[in-house]
Amino acid sequence: MAELQATLPRAAPGRFGPVMTVRAGTVLLLWALWEGAARSGLFYEGALPSSFKIARAALDLVVMPAFYYNFAVTLLEVAAALAIGVTCGIAVGLALGASRFAGKAFEPYLQYLAPAPKIIFLPVFMVMFGVGGGSKIAIGALSCFFPMALSVISGVRQVDPVLLRVGRSFQLTLAQTIRKIYLPALLPPIATGLRLGLGVAIIGTLLGEIKMSNRGLGFLIMQDYGRFDIAEMYAVLAVVFVLAALANGLIARVLRVKGRGG
Amino acid sequence: MALLDGTSPNLAQRAAPILVGLLTIAAAIALWQGAAEWGLVSKFVAPAPSDIARSFPRLFTEEGLVGRFLQTFAETFLAAGFAVAIGIPLGWWLHRKPLAGLAYENWVGSFAAAPIVIAYPLFLVLFGRNTATIVVMSCLSGLPAMVLKTKEGLDGTRRVLVNVGLSFGLKPAALFWKIMLPAAIPAIANGVRLALIFALINVVGVEFLINFGGLGELIDDLAQRWELPSMFGAILFVILTSVAFFWATGRVERWFRPHG
Repeated sequence: MAELQATLPRAAPGRFGPVMTVRAGTVLLLWALWEGAARSGLFYEGALPSSFKIARAALDLVVMPAFYYNFAVTLLEVAAALAIGVTCGIAVGLALGASRFAGKAFEPYLQYLAPAPKIIFLPVFMVMFGVGGGSKIAIGALSCFFPMALSVISGVRQVDPVLLRVGRSFQLTLAQTIRKIYLPALLPPIATGLRLGLGVAIIGTLLGEIKMSNRGLGFLIMQDYGRFDIAEMYAVLAVVFVLAALANGLIARVLRVKGRGG
Repeated sequence: MALLDGTSPNLAQRAAPILVGLLTIAAAIALWQGAAEWGLVSKFVAPAPSDIARSFPRLFTEEGLVGRFLQTFAETFLAAGFAVAIGIPLGWWLHRKPLAGLAYENWVGSFAAAPIVIAYPLFLVLFGRNTATIVVMSCLSGLPAMVLKTKEGLDGTRRVLVNVGLSFGLKPAALFWKIMLPAAIPAIANGVRLALIFALINVVGVEFLINFGGLGELIDDLAQRWELPSMFGAILFVILTSVAFFWATGRVERWFRPHG
């Protein structure tokens, strides 16, 4: 693959190479297809609005105070879910990764539960925490717990045993071993877990809001769907996708900078 | 005897953690049961495990659990089938056309990470509240894995095998069917497994969200009727079936891996 890529035309930095041309052409083609379908009269206009109408709806959306209120609600819920899920994931990952016995006893359950559909736990969380923000935070936290825990387990197993032996010879306490050996070595797996966890925390929280809520971006999507304001619904979805991608990119950049610094 | 002596501690060492894991789960269930019995946990929030176990026969007789299970799995296999049927040719095309591979491979990867499931209202508008929405969304969730794994498998074909084929004068079609495809089978099998897993997760999720279809709809229905023991039972059933499904697909995938 590397050999193949080395011989292939690439988009040089700052130059509009063949790869970028193909990509730009594809975007234009997709846009033209969408626009053509929207204007053809073959589809119901309400279901397939023109891209200009969606762009106008997006502009209206970003000047609407209600959007920022709902955005702040979702942001807080995702942040809380991420904090809980990541903390629990790191703690469980450290415990199961550091002890071979505990890993053998409990890791199979984690491995098998990780890909199970988490959304089915939403009714349980609604019963436990109510239909407010609590249940959305819980489903988001549960979603991001698994990638973080599994990533940390695999990271702990890759910590150089020599470092651990050196730590033991210096008679480090458990807390010191975690702080001075495990955590610095675990930065890359934690970064991977954080990126994966952020994605699924956003999805979990938004799905909770979409299913039953009276605030947040998920609620906004369902409100538009209920009013059949499809252009605005597409606009909210586009904004959500862009924000998710930006958050992911931001975490990646912060962790890259940290990695270079350390 | 020496053999026994040699194997016994090994067996005990292997069984001990498994036993501890099982005993911990049993202890947690016993604690939960005790808490529910002594009124420490409201039965209207977390029903006792014994009530959940008692609800199972009702799930089969009154809620049509078997039929719903079959429907969910039929939708899963249909969605994964479409993902395989579309994904393999797309992966092959990205492999054959290097410029397309460079231009689109990252896009396919980003699409795999995109939260498609939150766009379900969009699919409801386009396809309606029916099986088509569930199958299309689930197919889309499994498609990127299929495309990327097919391309990975074809890209990874050893150059020496291709050269041997060429030296025998094989035409491009024969080269593909006799050398490249068999060499890519392990990666493609991995892609099929991932497509099936993503499809199952999405099918259950979308069924739950749009309250339509098999097991996902059942959980939502039971939650709306506040039949908590049955709802917990249905959730447990979904978890157990997904675990069995992941395990079974993992075993099948292993057959396709190169041995030795």
